Amino acid sequence: MPEAVRVEGLTRRFGDFTAVDNISLAIGKGEIFGFLGPNGAGKSTTIKMLCGLLQPTGGKGFVGGNDIMTESEEIKKHIGYMSQKFSLYDDLTVEENINFFSGIYKVSREKKRGRMEWVLEMSGLKDRRNSVTKTLPGGFKQRLALGCAILHEPPILFLDEPTSGVDPISRRNFWDLIYEMARKGTTIFVTTHYMDEADYCDRLALIYRGRVIAEGTPGEMRQKYMKRDVLEIEVDRLVAALEAVYKNGIETAIFGSLLHATVDNAEQDIPRIEALLKEEGIAVNRIEKIMPSLEDVFVTLIEVA
Amino acid sequence: MKLLRIKAIAKKELVQIWRDPLSLAMAFLLPVILLFIFGYAITLDVNNLSTVVYDLDKSGMSRELTAELRESGYFTIIDNVDAHGAIDEYLDSGKARVAITIPKDFSKDIKKGGPAQLQVIVDGSDSNTATIALGYITAATELYARRMNGNHIKSLIDPRVRVWYNPELKSKNFIIPGLIAVIMSIIAAILTSLTFAREWERGTMEQLISTPVKTPELIMGKLIPYFLIGFLDVVVSVFIGVFLFGVPLRGNVFLLMTLSSIFLFGGLSFGILISIVAKSQIVASQVAMVASYLPAFLLSGFMFSIFNMPKPLQIMTHIIPARYFVSILKGIFMKGSTFRFLALETFLLSVFGLIVFALANGKFKKKVE
Repeated sequence: MPEAVRVEGLTRRFGDFTAVDNISLAIGKGEIFGFLGPNGAGKSTTIKMLCGLLQPTGGKGFVGGNDIMTESEEIKKHIGYMSQKFSLYDDLTVEENINFFSGIYKVSREKKRGRMEWVLEMSGLKDRRNSVTKTLPGGFKQRLALGCAILHEPPILFLDEPTSGVDPISRRNFWDLIYEMARKGTTIFVTTHYMDEADYCDRLALIYRGRVIAEGTPGEMRQKYMKRDVLEIEVDRLVAALEAVYKNGIETAIFGSLLHATVDNAEQDIPRIEALLKEEGIAVNRIEKIMPSLEDVFVTLIEVA
Repeated sequence: MKLLRIKAIAKKELVQIWRDPLSLAMAFLLPVILLFIFGYAITLDVNNLSTVVYDLDKSGMSRELTAELRESGYFTIIDNVDAHGAIDEYLDSGKARVAITIPKDFSKDIKKGGPAQLQVIVDGSDSNTATIALGYITAATELYARRMNGNHIKSLIDPRVRVWYNPELKSKNFIIPGLIAVIMSIIAAILTSLTFAREWERGTMEQLISTPVKTPELIMGKLIPYFLIGFLDVVVSVFIGVFLFGVPLRGNVFLLMTLSSIFLFGGLSFGILISIVAKSQIVASQVAMVASYLPAFLLSGFMFSIFNMPKPLQIMTHIIPARYFVSILKGIFMKGSTFRFLALETFLLSVFGLIVFALANGKFKKKVE
């Protein structure tokens, strides 16, 4: 598969702080590549370097065949970028924003009308084309921003936390749009800290403290990095149970109203945990081995890192 | 540079200005307000100086002298006092600026063939006004003395003075054109000082620099709408100067507007340079204010003659574009100067504009830091 993005040893330092530490990535054309990690892990810094917005301190690489160290302006011709913060013009109407970016991207006169209608259609803003952008709900703004970033039909699209602060239905709609574009051949690089969105991606990399600590398809991630078992425990006193299990050296985390414990061997450890909780006077309603979610995988990986 | 992009940016900026009442007011109201405030406040003519007279002579002649002063129009006699203490009171309180004491023997001395004494006290705390007042009094008494003498004292030298360009020596005739230059320096820099900083602050710049837009396109696109506004401001200011302040415009209006355009290009580019370097609206607008207002006011030759300045300051004035614009406006307004006489100023203004525009281009980086 031909590559849309390839970087090696990508590094960015801010003074003494290394925000991105020696990252290497390769992304195939038409792939949806998920870049995951907690806040402050270096996701935005990486995406900005790939988009030519931030000069890397070290490393080398290409985006769409252009050198990230020296050809950032060339890169900008072939990408679409949607930043983490809404960055269209709040005081312009929907149409004015689209027209502005059409002009900036030099969308030809013949195509302009069609692209405008397409953006209005995909963002669901046909009836609000003359509304000032400030007045739109978050989900609409997000889709409008996406539309403006791809007016020129770029082969590679960079999305920095595109769904943060958007309601679940809008998030779902947004991912539908992303799928649709990937199907038509657009390469998509998307960062997120919503672990449930990781499953939507073809391939993932997990970044933590500036380093990529795991990489692979969602399936590979589960198998490769999750050699241990995950137990789901339903108890009556959640926090007391967490403390009791944790005290005994077992990795535990709260997932909603449940506990997830990571153990070496489910058969041996289930009776052990049951006994341990009984001792503390905590009633166990249910305890069973489950298929690890990506969130479990990442929690484990980050704890190891 | 691509016209399509410049057009898109210019259009977007215009819409944004149009939707923001504050920037609209700043663009159109501020120059008018400044012109009125400074136009009326700054006058170097001295009229209606409040004057008290202490007439000890109480003769026909002393009254005639008093009347002479009053009729000159420069003095308003607010009181006739009859004690020295009253004069002190008037001057100390600032109610009077001039006090004239006519001694007891005034008319007697004149009849004897003089010289008759006259005591004049002028409030020197405003030394400019004091100097002018003294000149008026000297002239008025001189005139009076000559008439008393039947005009038969002939001077050895009889200068026939003619004042060119501003025959009535009305200060507003040179203050208003200079003022327009100073105000336009301020307005031009302030107008554009917010444009880049605003986009950085609102986060819209991040999107913009991720596109293939080129720096000169961005700067040109942002210059054009403010250039139109600045141009309108010049038209309005000139209109107010001519029709409200009654300043004669002797030169060619077309030349005036062309040279103003060249000045505007530099002034607006200067604001953009500040906006690019400052990256914050508050800092940018304050720097623009100080960096345009102070030199334009103090070093342009508008308030203080350049040839009276110490040498280092004189040299400094050469890099102040307002200096050339002040000469251009004064020249076109008062002397009806043609381009031939303003070619050097025009050339230097163009050079300034191009250098600042190039600097702004160089300083802007399509990167986040």
